[in-house]
Amino acid sequence: MKTLLNIGLVLALAVSANAKEIKLLNVSYDPTRELYQEYNDAFAKYWKTKTGDDVVVAQSHGGSGKQAQSVINGLGADVVTLALAYDIDAIAAQAKLLPANWGEKFPNNSTPYTSTIVFLVRKGNPKNIHNWDDLVKAGTSVVVPNPKTSGGARWAYLAAYAYALETFNHDDAKARAFIKQLYKNVPVLDSGARGSTVTFAQRGIGDVLLAWENEAHLASKEFGADKFDIVTPPLSILAEPPVALVTKNAKKHGTTEVANAYLNYLYSDEGQEIAAKNFYRPRNQAIATKYAANFTQLKLVTIDQEFGGWTKAQATHFADGGVFDQIFQPQN
Amino acid sequence: MAQKLFKSKTRVLPGFRLTLGYTLLYLSLIVLIPLAAVFWKTSLLTWPQFVQVITSPQALAAYRLSFGASLLAALINSVFGLIVAWVLVRYNFFGKKFVDALVDLPFALPTAVAGITLATLYAPNGWIGQFFEPLGIKISFTRLGVLVALTFIGLPFIVRTVQPILEDFEPEIEEAAASLGANRWQVFWRIIFPTLTPALITGFALAFARALGEYGSVVFISSNIPMKTQIVPLLIMTKLEQFDYPGATALAVVMLVFSFVLLLTINVLQWWANRYNATNLS
Repeated sequence: MKTLLNIGLVLALAVSANAKEIKLLNVSYDPTRELYQEYNDAFAKYWKTKTGDDVVVAQSHGGSGKQAQSVINGLGADVVTLALAYDIDAIAAQAKLLPANWGEKFPNNSTPYTSTIVFLVRKGNPKNIHNWDDLVKAGTSVVVPNPKTSGGARWAYLAAYAYALETFNHDDAKARAFIKQLYKNVPVLDSGARGSTVTFAQRGIGDVLLAWENEAHLASKEFGADKFDIVTPPLSILAEPPVALVTKNAKKHGTTEVANAYLNYLYSDEGQEIAAKNFYRPRNQAIATKYAANFTQLKLVTIDQEFGGWTKAQATHFADGGVFDQIFQPQN
Repeated sequence: MAQKLFKSKTRVLPGFRLTLGYTLLYLSLIVLIPLAAVFWKTSLLTWPQFVQVITSPQALAAYRLSFGASLLAALINSVFGLIVAWVLVRYNFFGKKFVDALVDLPFALPTAVAGITLATLYAPNGWIGQFFEPLGIKISFTRLGVLVALTFIGLPFIVRTVQPILEDFEPEIEEAAASLGANRWQVFWRIIFPTLTPALITGFALAFARALGEYGSVVFISSNIPMKTQIVPLLIMTKLEQFDYPGATALAVVMLVFSFVLLLTINVLQWWANRYNATNLS
């Protein structure tokens, strides 16, 4: 007992004599677990050599919308790294925890890495799925989460819609019919990206999973590359998952400086390499070239070009009574 | 003396004010204030907006599924839960204690774990689902799956309310009935069953109420398709994730009012059943 006490005392002394230990909370969305695990270690090392302080970054993961809601309701995030800008806008608008122009605080609209939506199919691609129009064929079963609850699903929906707009010469009625046909082929709408991956990979439901590019790579790594193929369609959407400093929380915790450095370091060579290794498309050209083998080239449209930004897309497509709701409304 | 006792404010049993005060405070903190907040948030909607939210086709379909499946699950449990309780009380067999403990499992298991487990078992490639797949019966990701999950979580309520009544049942009554010439079926139907009815109704109400609010297990086994397999709690969640708090609470208010009316009806039924019993037995 006495020795135990002594050990405890020594440990306590060691910690207090040591440099400060700083705690950060990064509230993120579902598929970034592996990315930030690796990145947090790298950043802790970098910060230690730079300032001598220890940084411990705690991570919280979940559906992007739900995570934003937790922060609004008081989860003390120092930084948020979410799936789409709309969710961070909501934090700024509803809880006023960060300025409305948060997107201008870091380079590239505060998105240090980008991603896109690809198809994960069963090995050998038995249904011969190569492009978006293969998804609406009768007898093809498509697994995708609910865009009302999942950020990745919203990107997937918009990617399909963008394809339809391009194909039908921006005829909105035809695009709507296309998207309706697509969601008729969806047997299960999970609430988040991980849920859909499990439904597709473990429960054996569906012929194709619409997934984040990184999630598709992760799934094939996790469940065995001999089970699935990744199909990159010729056209998809440039998904921009943004990062932001939650200024009020950081100020309260006295972590503004380190939290800022944490986000800035994502743009460093090391940060970009970690992103690329985890199958997020890096912004840095040199590193993008180095990891070119990880990323198939395709035409990427942006939400601003095709849909006039998130606020408009949200109101038209995902709000109550929007295009997505109409898909499931009975025919009159 | 008697008059003095009657007029004085001291009660025979001490601690009345303290415990009543505590009860009111506790209930306010735990139940009343959150409920009031729900109604307050909803009041941010205008009346036409409120009506529009709660009568949208998606909402109507979700009520049908939630109330229908919960009702059916509670009914199924009333029949089979009664049998389980009967077996546990009336017979002695090897492993009875174990079976008895098993009944509480749905209470103890985190509902998400239950949902994932059930979804895996009943999926087309799952241990149980594979036998139904060739028959063209799909369980996971259909309404049937929702029913399975709700039945699972409701079972202990029936068993645990019926069990003590059965245990307290005096064998003399049955013996008396038998000596008066009642056959076994008559003894059960005319003597045992009416005595059990109030407990059965209570258990039914509890299981039903529990199923209405269930979220964790259902979202995993349901395919969550709007108009088909979406339960009301999930619809509320999707509204919350869209930051539509008034819309979410509007649906919650509907659920609350409906449940309240249903539970009230069940309570009246129970009161009636009790009275019927009392007059019949006396």
